[in-house]
Amino acid sequence: MKSTLLAGALLAFATATSVHAQAIKLADVAELSGGGATVGTNWKNGIDLAIEEINAKGGVLGRKLEVTHADSQSNPGVARAQVQKALDAEPYVLLGPGYSGSVKVTAPLAAEAGIAQIMGGEAAELTQGGNKFLFRTSFGQQSSMPKVAKYIHDEMKAKTVAVVWVNNDFGRGGRDVVVKELDRLGSKVVADLSTEAGQADFAADVGKIKAANPDAVFVYLNEEESARILKELKRQGVTAPLMGETTLIGQKVIELAGDAANGARGHVGLTTDAPVDLIKGFREKFSKKYNYVPDHNGLKGYLAVYMVKATTEKMGKVDPKKFADTLHGLTIKAADEPGILMDVTFSDTGDIDRQSFLVEVVEGKQVVKQVLPKVK
Amino acid sequence: MSNLFDLLVAGLATGAIYALVAVGFTLLWQTSQTINFAQGEFVMLPAFLMLAAMHAGAPFWLAIILGILLSMILLGLAFKMLLVDPMMRHGVLPLAIATMALAIGIKEAVKQFFSAEASPFPPIVPTGDISILGHAVSLQSIGVLAVAILAVLGLTTLLNRTSLGHQMQAAAQNPTVARIIGVPVERMILLTFLINAFLVALASLLITPIYLAKFSSGEVLGQAAFIAAIVGGFNQVRGAIAGGLLIGVLDNLAAAYVSTQYRAAVPMIFLIAVILFRPQGLLGRAEERTV
Repeated sequence: MKSTLLAGALLAFATATSVHAQAIKLADVAELSGGGATVGTNWKNGIDLAIEEINAKGGVLGRKLEVTHADSQSNPGVARAQVQKALDAEPYVLLGPGYSGSVKVTAPLAAEAGIAQIMGGEAAELTQGGNKFLFRTSFGQQSSMPKVAKYIHDEMKAKTVAVVWVNNDFGRGGRDVVVKELDRLGSKVVADLSTEAGQADFAADVGKIKAANPDAVFVYLNEEESARILKELKRQGVTAPLMGETTLIGQKVIELAGDAANGARGHVGLTTDAPVDLIKGFREKFSKKYNYVPDHNGLKGYLAVYMVKATTEKMGKVDPKKFADTLHGLTIKAADEPGILMDVTFSDTGDIDRQSFLVEVVEGKQVVKQVLPKVK
Repeated sequence: MSNLFDLLVAGLATGAIYALVAVGFTLLWQTSQTINFAQGEFVMLPAFLMLAAMHAGAPFWLAIILGILLSMILLGLAFKMLLVDPMMRHGVLPLAIATMALAIGIKEAVKQFFSAEASPFPPIVPTGDISILGHAVSLQSIGVLAVAILAVLGLTTLLNRTSLGHQMQAAAQNPTVARIIGVPVERMILLTFLINAFLVALASLLITPIYLAKFSSGEVLGQAAFIAAIVGGFNQVRGAIAGGLLIGVLDNLAAAYVSTQYRAAVPMIFLIAVILFRPQGLLGRAEERTV
């Protein structure tokens, strides 16, 4: 009797261990505290929501997904240590971080380990270094800025443009691409103004814009500085149309800038206000689960997990070494995998091509004015 | 030319706020040899006190009054009694270091209790333009300038035209003699702390709608006002006012005509030049203390 019980216990233990071993392990390193806490928390919640959905439907190739979350504290040094720790546990795919600076220092570690890294960073340079394991969840600047320049030239009919940018990797990267594209299209940059991160006083910068009298102003700053310059532009009575990216017309900017944000337009790669049924569905599920409306980082985290699912199902097996090769050049259609929300194609460099949106702030609310199609 | 006019108006408006903060530096230095390195954070905090009052349901006007009163209690009375008085007997340097620690404490507390993110703050002057000499000038700039000038005029009138002001000057210039002739020196010193707290609360009210309420917004202000006080003359209220206006205008002109990247360096270079060629400041007097 004793031996039967022992055998039963051993069998139960072996079964449990086997089920546990069969789970596909993902590792997430995100900005869960510090300055990027909003970014990282949205990203993490998006991941958790996707995993819950996928597991409820039987997992990927019959195996459940499991994720561990680690906090980078919005600090590249901590992010590097956390990624190294996560890679030591040999995950199937690494998710995150969201900040470009943290991605920059962690990408070589994942590449060395041969593990695909699906991240939230948007700086142009991230995917230009020949890293074969790095994938975006949103547009890099080299994909979004040509769309912005085209809109300024074709739709705003601007022959002269003032460009204001923040003097860091993010700002300089965007500025370089947009200036090149504007030049190629024939719009002249009449003021090219660099500003500092954390700058409080924009009176002189706006004075320069006013003196240049451009047909349009392209603003590429972080959220708080965007709000400050919007207020100053209004204060000094600049009436030229304003164009930017997500950082110019985000909800936080609208809250901080108040009336001054009205009329500002921006190109947005991902927005939960998009007139797409699947995105509306995501927004509803997310809001119900977490009691707040997600920003685009919530979408990014959610998409990252569905990228893992679609790629693995395409391979027909769980193979971390072949994952990156399979995802390069892959097109995932929303009709086949609704979790991917919109048709998306991954390039050989890990960049994405997807439709995007032109948003305008109208009476303090983001309004999607135009859907910009995939480039290819 | 139009651009130059706009820059001058914007520079004077910012400079007027620097002047309010710089005057506080000189007041505290004159009466108690306190170099308050938390002065920038003193400007940041009242805005959050006003925001807290508004979150609690107070209308804006009441929040302003409560914010100013609380600032005078916390940044005037409590600052003097809990930090300056116990530290002063150990000399200027330990006190200066203690104010640096206080600056960090205030920033972290605001971050902890409010948020690390910026918050909007309502303007006391309505947005819009008026025409001056054919130039459109924002009402906000005019309002900021007007309130700051009124505050400074009020302060100089108090110091120069009233008995209270004369007693404060006496307490600053020679506390021992002032005591002998019956001036309540301790009360006069406390009064300068309360005036400083009032001025920083006023500066907070004027600058926060433009800079936004953020835990770190005092850093730039504190530095600019400190430079302004040294440039103008650390021992003269009028020097601090002139220094504030000068730094505000200089900063804007440097950003427009020199380089936006090096704008922060220009006031610093100016400061070095003043220290080298006129160490007492532009309007300061060597080895003399007056408020």
